[in-house]
Amino acid sequence: MKVGVVSFPGSNCDEDAVLAVAEHLQRPAVLLWHKDHDLQGADVVILPGGFSYGDYLRAGAIARFSPIMQEVVAHAKRGGPVIGICNGFQIACEAGLLPGALLRNANLQFRSMPVRLRVENTDTVFTRRARAGAQLTMPIAHGDGRYTADPETLARLEGEGRVVFRYVDAAGEVTDAANPNGAMHNIAGVTNATGTVVGLMPHPERAMEPLLGSADGLVLFQSLLQTM
Amino acid sequence: MKPFRVSVHIVPRKGLLDPQGKAVADALHTLGFASVAEVHVGRHLVIETQAGDAKAAEASVREMCGRLLANPVTEDFEIAGVVPA
Repeated sequence: MKVGVVSFPGSNCDEDAVLAVAEHLQRPAVLLWHKDHDLQGADVVILPGGFSYGDYLRAGAIARFSPIMQEVVAHAKRGGPVIGICNGFQIACEAGLLPGALLRNANLQFRSMPVRLRVENTDTVFTRRARAGAQLTMPIAHGDGRYTADPETLARLEGEGRVVFRYVDAAGEVTDAANPNGAMHNIAGVTNATGTVVGLMPHPERAMEPLLGSADGLVLFQSLLQTM
Repeated sequence: MKPFRVSVHIVPRKGLLDPQGKAVADALHTLGFASVAEVHVGRHLVIETQAGDAKAAEASVREMCGRLLANPVTEDFEIAGVVPA
């Protein structure tokens, strides 16, 4: 299994994602330049965090038109796994790989802190190794993370179990206080209809070892090994 | 083809939470503008483009809004003006 991490101008978690795969998963990982048209044989694509194109216009709006995104979308359409982390989630939504949009945090603050997530769906290629209902701690660092979708889309996502992660409190309950950005239904991550594309605002690649405060992000990467 | 300057307003969709607009409204209330009911913060874009006539210039900018300038999930747009550049 080979992992490709896209570098957009302004990406700043791309090297972290490469390190997470190479060091903690012991699998080859390469950076993919946004202007290229070549996935370099990657079986899995990571759209990393950062501020691609300075978040001009809307977060993710311009990155979506990068040449490499044609290849990423084609890869996703073939059923290839894609994970969008933070800015990558915003890009995946703008590109139509995932429904909805990420808006300015309701509290208007940039939130950089650990959050607690509850795993709602273990039937995606990135959560297969997780236990349903498990609680994971990972950092967030974003100003535009308020997941928003129209009522029909939201009902469809909930009805089909496509919410993958929700922000919860220490007791594992979905509360307003546990919601760092005002996301609808405390949604931190969603998946596509086939469970092959996942987007989330928290950073699993920054939670790969206890030294970093949490190793709970590992399970997302280990889940890949089960399928690939 | 003639040059046109097309202005577009892009605003958060009605009914969606608009925390920036609310923060500005609160600040206006603090300043004593008690009559302010609501504020919506959006973007104003000015696009200089070539088109056969004003109608074609507007149609082209509407397509740009649909494909890039406005997010169809969360934003609405209106053409605020089309003038010869």
